[in-house]
Amino acid sequence: MNAIIFSALWGVVMMFSGIVTQNKRYITAMASVGLLLLLATNCLHAYGIWVIKIDTHGTLHFDSFGLFFNAIIFFSTLLYVLLSGSDIEKTGVHAAEYYALIFFVLAGVSILTAFNGLLMLFLGIEIMTIPLYILTGADKRNLKSNEASLKYFLMGSFSTGIMLMGIALIYGATGSFGIAGGVTVAPSTGLAIRPSFLEIGGLILLFASMCFKVSAAPFHFWTPDVYDGAPAVFTSFMATIVKSAGFFAFVKLFDSHTAVLGDTWYLLLPFVILITLLIGNITAVFQQSVKRMLAYSSIAQAGFMLFALYGTNDLSKEGLLIYAFSYSLATIGIFAVLIKIKDYSLDGFNGLAAQHPFLAFSTTICLLSLAGIPLTGGFFAKYYMLSAAIKAGGIFWLVIVAVLLAAVGVYYYFRVIQSIYFKTGTPEFHQPISKAFTWGMFGVAVMIVALGLFPTMLLNFFYF
Amino acid sequence: MIPVLLILIPLITGIVSFAFSAADMAKKIALVSSIATLGVAVWSVCCPPASALRFDEAWLPVMGARFTLEMDGMSKMLCLLTGISFPVIFLAIFRQETKSPAAFYGWMLLSQAGLLGVFLAADALLFYFFWELALIPVYFLCSIWGGERRIAVTFKFFIYTFLGSLLMLTGIIYLSYHTPGGSFALSAIYKAALSESQRNGLFWLFFIAFAIKMPIFPLHTWQPDAYEESPTAVTMVMSGIMVKMGLYAVVRWLLPLYPQSAIRFADVIIAFSVVGMLYASFIAMQQNNLKRLIAYSSIAHIGLMSAALFTAQPSAYQGVMVQMFSHGINVIGLWIIADAIEKQLGTRLLSEMGGLAQKAPTLAILLVIMGLANVALPLTNSFIGEFMMFNGLFRYNMVWAAVAGISIILAAVYTLRMIQKVLYGTVSPVTETATDIAATTKWALFIGVVLIIAGGIYPQPLIDLTNDTVQALITKH
Repeated sequence: MNAIIFSALWGVVMMFSGIVTQNKRYITAMASVGLLLLLATNCLHAYGIWVIKIDTHGTLHFDSFGLFFNAIIFFSTLLYVLLSGSDIEKTGVHAAEYYALIFFVLAGVSILTAFNGLLMLFLGIEIMTIPLYILTGADKRNLKSNEASLKYFLMGSFSTGIMLMGIALIYGATGSFGIAGGVTVAPSTGLAIRPSFLEIGGLILLFASMCFKVSAAPFHFWTPDVYDGAPAVFTSFMATIVKSAGFFAFVKLFDSHTAVLGDTWYLLLPFVILITLLIGNITAVFQQSVKRMLAYSSIAQAGFMLFALYGTNDLSKEGLLIYAFSYSLATIGIFAVLIKIKDYSLDGFNGLAAQHPFLAFSTTICLLSLAGIPLTGGFFAKYYMLSAAIKAGGIFWLVIVAVLLAAVGVYYYFRVIQSIYFKTGTPEFHQPISKAFTWGMFGVAVMIVALGLFPTMLLNFFYF
Repeated sequence: MIPVLLILIPLITGIVSFAFSAADMAKKIALVSSIATLGVAVWSVCCPPASALRFDEAWLPVMGARFTLEMDGMSKMLCLLTGISFPVIFLAIFRQETKSPAAFYGWMLLSQAGLLGVFLAADALLFYFFWELALIPVYFLCSIWGGERRIAVTFKFFIYTFLGSLLMLTGIIYLSYHTPGGSFALSAIYKAALSESQRNGLFWLFFIAFAIKMPIFPLHTWQPDAYEESPTAVTMVMSGIMVKMGLYAVVRWLLPLYPQSAIRFADVIIAFSVVGMLYASFIAMQQNNLKRLIAYSSIAHIGLMSAALFTAQPSAYQGVMVQMFSHGINVIGLWIIADAIEKQLGTRLLSEMGGLAQKAPTLAILLVIMGLANVALPLTNSFIGEFMMFNGLFRYNMVWAAVAGISIILAAVYTLRMIQKVLYGTVSPVTETATDIAATTKWALFIGVVLIIAGGIYPQPLIDLTNDTVQALITKH
């Protein structure tokens, strides 16, 4: 609750800060302070201290899983602002508004981690995505940015429509907006009653719209264009924080509904995972632009995160936390560097190691983590997902396929490393790389490696 | 205590080495560090208390993975081989100039740490970690300091091995769910309750990873390219020690886990190994490129070892143990000479060479000794190993033994042809200006020759050292 209220309030504060000062540095600093406070209030909530006590009549339910996920999201956003804040300022003239929108997204995320009913889910999703439509089009004079924004908006509203339809069907079938699904047992016979067609149909529509939000195939078509067209700073935000939050909601929503879908679920989900992994990985191989490659790689990573839906055991929940954190860290890191480089193609990275060895090292750690090499957080993220799927049993073949495609992933991530280290050239930056940025990136690299050595450290926080 | 030291010395000095920009400093650190590691490895062989050979600490309690290192005979033997190889390699390239030496020697030492970790780990997840860690430094070494086609070639090598190890990882995770208590410990994994079909499936998941590393025909295609394009020091590490990772892993992580599957698929694997031996030998005979010739000859030797491992014969196991050590020494010796020749003559094509014996007599003598060891002549170290392996193969199946035996003749053909082309005949234009090799290289080769002859005359210490591993393997089988 603290986080929802505070993020919304701070969003308003950010909006008006543009009137008080024109100095963008101050605005970024304010946003960072706001994120720190947000993190703090969220932790206070975890210790049972509420800033404002509001009775939500059971529409919101706060548990340690959600609060911890909030903390991960706020921390990642803080990192994102610290690393890329100067680039957010440069996107356009309305720096204060961009931050305001980011805080509104976070308010949506906070609702998504606590929803206890389909209505709240819907509200959370909408509050999270509507600011994104604006952020995507933030580069007003760029045609691609406008196109991406419109495309995202149209497709997004379409999927929202589908979601509403699904919610309506479920309401019609069960008479409630609750998410505690499950199979009802007839008292007379003791046998499970077959769920009605309406309920199954509604769930499948919900599934499709959630797939759209997390860019799982075959609902992924918007992703490459939107990620490519949006200003790179906001692509970074969308691909990490928003996507992880979408996954959280996805897992929370379907945690108890798998039983209702029964066999359909075990047919549907492996299929979606398979094509998401295939499309994401194979298409990423052929990209020449690193930005576009990262867009496809985010689809591929979504394929891995979908395993959390299949497992629905403790491992998959822990795995989702680790995945979200390590993936966000690494992607924010690589995007932070990408934004600074003028040429988004692979050749733009040529010779980075010779010019900035320290920065190149940190960037490489981020890429290794995305590829899932041991000693980085990305390894344990993948490890947990595969582990959860193997533990759940039944789709070992899919695990093998996923692993083969992870090797394909190595191919395209390592092409960037090759450009950084083994090719000669001089990367051109929009402005000289500052010391602080280099050290910030190093901090990200250290966190990734720490997560790769002791992933349990993160989970220990979770279990308090 | 000892296992931790073995990993920590190269690991720490490797990281430290990156910080030194002065060329000589990194070189000296690397040499001193590798000699210190050798010292610890020798200590491990000289009967230290049993408690010093084991290290066990909690690592990832949630997953049931522990940081467990253990040394048995085979581990000691391979650590000793790694311990000897690195100083020899550093000595051999001591007079050579490398660009950005700090990074080069840093990566070299890190790869040593990874290799030693593979030979010591007694926890499946930890083993996987080190398996990858040994690979990453080599990737950077080859891609930065290698030959002209280095980037593409190394990439192929990397993807190949990474794919294999991911398959192994899924196998490891699957396995750990079937162990009592969900542990990754070696002892627990040996007790995993599995049905026959599960065992067979897992067997292949593991075996493909190891087969790529060894490499076994038809998964060997990365190897000749990688050996040719890598800087020679790295080629020595790869062919002398890294390929032993595959063989070691078969002995430690494959045969004891799925003995029935190993027997069931033995014929298939031996067939591939033996065919690979002949195939590689024939290519080596046609080879005009010195480095590729040695690469293919290495495939042939590894093929024999892999075939011997699946015969389930004690003598073959024993032979593999001896041969792993001997092959490491011999092949590193050959690479040092090949490198010296290439540096002298500026070419690696046999057709352009000739008459080197007149210009560089010491080099000529050393090459002949190394060459004869490569053919496994009696009184050289590889004779005893190959003899025992053929003995086992013969007991297992006479036909395979006979087919594999052809490769011995072929080995003599291509090795002697190489010696003849390089050393004898009329002095070719490129040989005209050649001089004898540098003193440090000579010392490195001298160590190799001593080991070759000592191993050929009295191999018993090596057999005694690895006896416990062989006995354990036989009881599991």
